[in-house]
Amino acid sequence: MDLYEYQGKQYFARFGIPISPGGVADTVDEAVAQADRAGYPVVVKAQVKVGGRGKAGGIKLAADAAEVRTHAGAILGMDIKGHTVGRLWVEHASDIAREYYASFTLDRAAKLHLCMVSARGGVDIEEVAETDPGAIVRMHVDPVDGLSPDAAARVVADAGLDDEARPQAAELLQALYRCYVEGDCDLAEINPLILTTDGRVHALDAKVTLDDNAAFRHPEWEEFEGTETADPRERLAKERGLNYIGLSGSVGIIANGAGLAMSTLDVVNQVGGSAANFLDVGGGANADVMAAALEVINTDDAVRSIFVNIFGGITRCDEVANGIVEALARVDLRSPIVLRLDGTNAEAGHEILADHQSERLIVEETMLGAARRAVALAGGKA
Amino acid sequence: MSIFVDENTRVVVQGLTGSQGRFHGLRNRDYGTQVVAGVTPGKGGTDVDGVPVFDTVEEAVRATGADASFVVVPPKGASGAILDAAAAGISFVVCITEGIPAQDEARVFNVLRRDYPRTRLLGPNCPGVISPGKCNIGITSGDIALPGGPVGIVSRSGTLTYQALHELSQQKVGQTTCVGIGGDPVPGTSFIDCLAAFQEDPDTKAVMLIGEIGGSAEEEAAGFIAKRMTKPVVCYIAGVTAPPGRKMGHAGAIISGSAGTAQAKMEALAAAGATVAQNPTEAGERMVEIVRNLD
Repeated sequence: MDLYEYQGKQYFARFGIPISPGGVADTVDEAVAQADRAGYPVVVKAQVKVGGRGKAGGIKLAADAAEVRTHAGAILGMDIKGHTVGRLWVEHASDIAREYYASFTLDRAAKLHLCMVSARGGVDIEEVAETDPGAIVRMHVDPVDGLSPDAAARVVADAGLDDEARPQAAELLQALYRCYVEGDCDLAEINPLILTTDGRVHALDAKVTLDDNAAFRHPEWEEFEGTETADPRERLAKERGLNYIGLSGSVGIIANGAGLAMSTLDVVNQVGGSAANFLDVGGGANADVMAAALEVINTDDAVRSIFVNIFGGITRCDEVANGIVEALARVDLRSPIVLRLDGTNAEAGHEILADHQSERLIVEETMLGAARRAVALAGGKA
Repeated sequence: MSIFVDENTRVVVQGLTGSQGRFHGLRNRDYGTQVVAGVTPGKGGTDVDGVPVFDTVEEAVRATGADASFVVVPPKGASGAILDAAAAGISFVVCITEGIPAQDEARVFNVLRRDYPRTRLLGPNCPGVISPGKCNIGITSGDIALPGGPVGIVSRSGTLTYQALHELSQQKVGQTTCVGIGGDPVPGTSFIDCLAAFQEDPDTKAVMLIGEIGGSAEEEAAGFIAKRMTKPVVCYIAGVTAPPGRKMGHAGAIISGSAGTAQAKMEALAAAGATVAQNPTEAGERMVEIVRNLD
C-alpha cells in the first residue's frame, strides 16, 4: 500500500524523523487554518499518489492567508495525471540550503536491505542513478545486525553530505531504518532530505510503501485504507475480496493463481486478443467466489467474452464446475464464458458441466484452444 | 535420482493438527511420502490419523529421525516455525505459508544463512517439492506428476508449476523433481540453487524453468545457465502483458520501469542459450522435442 505524502510524514513522525510543522486540509478554509497554525510562509501541496506534482502546478508557496486561499482554491479539484486532488498538505516553508536523498528498500538479489544516500536530492533520483550513478552511495544492511551508528555515519560521509549536516543526517537515517523495519515498509524514501539555512536536517517529502502482508500486526494502518481506488471495477472487486486489476481489453479473465492468471493474459494477447482484466481467484474457487468474480467482470462494458482458466491443484475442478453452474444461475451474464478446466478432479468437473454447455458456456480442452475461442467471441482474430 | 527429497526423506509437519496441515500432510502421506511426525505446541502426545504429534520439532526429530519439515502455519508463526526446524537440525524446510511480512522473510533468510548454513528453506509462499513416485512435500497434486524423469522443473508460480507438470505428463515425459520456489521477494531457495542441483543430478537430462515478471531472479538464472549448465533448459516467463507498477498477486510479481520485465528476462535467458517458449504449452512441446532427441 502506497501512502500519501501527508500519511508518510505522519508515519515518519512516529519514528522520530523530523518533518516540517503542518497539517491536512480538504477545503480552502481548512487550508488557511492549517497555514495559520504552521506559521507563514507556507507550502500548499496537492496530495496525489503520482510524481510530477510540482510541474503540474500542485505545489505552491504562499506568503499569507490570501495567497493560501488563492492556491488552495486552484489546487483542490485539480487533475494531475488523471488523479483528482481532494486533499492538501499545508506546511511551514523551509529555508533550504541543500537537498539530499535517503531511502531504504530490499535488495532482492542480495537478500539484504539496501540503504541509498545521495548529496544530489530534490531531483528525479532515477535520472541521477542513470546519468551519474556514482552520486548515489549504496550500502547493504544485514537485517540480523541492523544499522549501526557507525555505518550510518559512514554512509552520510561517503555520500558527501555537508559536514554540518552529517551528525543529524546519520541520526535521521537510523530513525528511517527503524521506520522501515519496525514500520514494515517495502520502501521508505525521503526526497528531498534537506539542510535548512539555520542548520537543521529534516524530511521535506515522504514516499512510503507499506507491506500489506504485515497489516496483521499494524492495526493502526486501518486509517490509511480505502483512501483511493480510482477504478470502480477495482473498488467492487476489493469489496468482494478479489485480487483484480482493471485493464482495457475485451476478454474478461478469471484464473486461479497469480502465475496462471498472468500467463492467461499473455496467451490471450498472443492469439490476437486483449484482456479486460487480471483476476486471480486463488485457491478456493467455490460458487461464491466464482459468482463474485463473474459479477465484477459483468460490470465491465468493454467485456465481450469471459475466459475462465482453472488448473486444479488444491482447487478441485468439480467444485469449480459446481461454482460456475451456480454462479450462472445467480448472475445474468452479458458475455459468453469459455472454460478450460484441468487438474484435480477434472473429469468429474466436465461431467457436471456436460448438461450445462451452450453457446453461453463453452468448454475447451486446452488453454491455447480456449484463448482462441474467447478471442474469436470477443471479435478479435481467431 | 532426484534433488532435495526422495523415498528416504522423513517429514515432520509443523501445524499438522490444523485443518490445512492435516489435509496436506495426510495427502502427502497418501502419496507415499514418509510423514513421520507432526508438531503443534501443546498438543504433544496426541496423533493425527496415526501420525504422532510432538510439542517441539526437537522432540519430533529425536523420536522419529525426521530430516525434512513441512511448515503449514499462519504468517504470524511461520518465521518462528522455520527457525525452530533449523535449530532442531532439520536440513530441508518447505514453507507454503502465504502472506509472511517481507521484513520477517529477510531476517529469517539471513539467520539461516549465518547460523544454519546446512538448512535449506524452500519458499515461503510456494507449492512445495515433488520427486514423483518418491516424495511429495507441499500442496502439489501428486497425480499430475509422472515418475521416472528425465526432466527437472523449477518454477516461481504455483498453478503454472502444475501446468508445466501436466504438459509434460500428458506427453508421457516424466520428471525427476519439480520444485516450486515461490513468488515472494526473499525465497529461501533460488532458481540457481535448483539449476545447480539439477546439473549435478545424473538422472535429470533437461530442465524446465518457469519464471515471472519482477525482481532479477531469472536474469541471475540466465547468468548461471550461460556459465555452468551443460544440460538443455527450456524457459517460460509469465507476465509479458502485465501493466507496469502493479502487483499481480505475488508479492514478487511487480515491475517498475524496464527492470524485471518479461521481455528483459526472456532476452537474457535466450542469450544464455536456453530455449524460450511463449506460453506453457509451447514450453511443454519444446521440452518433449528435446527429450525425444536425447538418445
